[in-house]
Amino acid sequence: MASDDIWILGIAMTKFGKHTDKDIVDLGAEAAMAALADGGVTMGDMGVLAAGNLMAAGAGFGQQLQKQIGQTGIPVYNVANACATGATALRTAIMAVKSGEVRMGLAVGAEKLAGAGLLGGGGQSKKDGNKWEPRGRYGAIAPTDGRIGTDTMPGTFAQVGMEYGHKYGEVSFETFARISEKNHAHSTLNPLAAYQKRFTIEEIMGDMMIAYPNTRPMCSANCDGAAAAVVTTGEVLRTLSKEQQRRAIKVAASVLTTDPYQEACQILPDVNTLTRNAARQAYEAAGVSPSDLDLVELHDCFATAELVHYDNLMLCPEGGAVDFFESGAPWRDGSTPVNVSGGLQSKGHPIAATGIANIWEVCHHLRGEAGPRQIADAKVGLAHVIGLGSACGVHILERSGL
Amino acid sequence: MSTSTRVPIVSYLALEPEPHLVANECTSCGARFFDRRNACASCFATTFRPVDIETEGVLASFTIVAFAAPGVPVPFVAGIVKCGSTSVRANVINCDPSPDTVKLGMKLRLTTYSLGTDDEGTEAIGFGFEPVG
Repeated sequence: MASDDIWILGIAMTKFGKHTDKDIVDLGAEAAMAALADGGVTMGDMGVLAAGNLMAAGAGFGQQLQKQIGQTGIPVYNVANACATGATALRTAIMAVKSGEVRMGLAVGAEKLAGAGLLGGGGQSKKDGNKWEPRGRYGAIAPTDGRIGTDTMPGTFAQVGMEYGHKYGEVSFETFARISEKNHAHSTLNPLAAYQKRFTIEEIMGDMMIAYPNTRPMCSANCDGAAAAVVTTGEVLRTLSKEQQRRAIKVAASVLTTDPYQEACQILPDVNTLTRNAARQAYEAAGVSPSDLDLVELHDCFATAELVHYDNLMLCPEGGAVDFFESGAPWRDGSTPVNVSGGLQSKGHPIAATGIANIWEVCHHLRGEAGPRQIADAKVGLAHVIGLGSACGVHILERSGL
Repeated sequence: MSTSTRVPIVSYLALEPEPHLVANECTSCGARFFDRRNACASCFATTFRPVDIETEGVLASFTIVAFAAPGVPVPFVAGIVKCGSTSVRANVINCDPSPDTVKLGMKLRLTTYSLGTDDEGTEAIGFGFEPVG
């Protein structure tokens, strides 16, 4: 192992779901302490803490966490980057380790989102008086959500999927629903998923419509949860035990991008270009190609989003996402298993935890510890998240080979 | 009550002589934006000119929103309309909000409607796109 390689030494996630008796710090502490124990280290070994939380950003989640699990005086970076918050926290810890400033870093993402309902809608609040007055950058005299398009997440990502259909040939409602059918089927093998219920295609298509073509089971599940990871360098890992070295997972690529300017990107968020850019950089850094991937955890916040990311992550030729899906490739017994955890639609999407939990899932398989849902002999995997606005994190992970 | 005072829902909707949308076009690279600008997101230049956007276009994407924030009437069709080379965010109106009716690639044209009148008699005008023909 090269001295400057980055390794995940320990990683953990809580069960996702409704944790009525736990607050954000409880969840973060559970994941952080489990990740430290998994790596065989303590808070005393950590040189930096990157703490991700979105819904209470500004509350100093990292310092609150330290108060419960260890106040060692190390720097805390409180991180918020939409649904890419967890990946951004991990990347922050990685950068600190990579810079040589610290030997080990801890990244945590925790969120309480159970019962949060619809995200993204509503827009500006009504003013007090009854007089039309232009406000904001568009000079709007009234809330525009619902009058000039939609601000809701299900509606936004529905348009992302439909736009793909306009560009490459119409995608049927049933195709989108079948992607959801796959992820819910996968979730039945994941005891940490918020929901482990298989749905028939009729049940998915017949469920409550949220924003066509996304019905309720085709939307990510709001829930509570946390995940955490300990990162270090090859130089440090060489000084640790053989068992720690064997279970360590190499971070072959860690990339974070934002959306570069494209025509229409300020009309409908462009979740494609930044994902494609991140994927391209990650494959190049890791020296692997999409066909080398044994499993992929991608950001299926809605069934309509999963489809476009097959293409953006170059798991298929450009324009070929429907054919890729219909070939069976992304099922767990297919050529490129996608979201064998159940994905955000069934495992759940506690925002800041997601970008570390998807890496935990990949690590779990690379270590050969995934039990009944193990992807046999997995050597290389990719984890992807998108935060609308936008931010994209892509990590490529490899088993140690020891 | 005055009926001559009208105000558009957003400042990029021009009501005269006929309703149309107006973009801020970067004089350097031609990128178009509908909001107040500090600089160009594409080339970083700081000068813009107003350009009229075509009032007809094709539907490049849509969703039928069935579940929205409180106070937002549902269902409605939210979409992206490609007007010439410029993409526009809008609702598709004056048609049944059903996937049997709303089709990708359908031709649409800009239309306006009243949002009501405030205490001073000013009428607010909203816009959407409706099927052509």
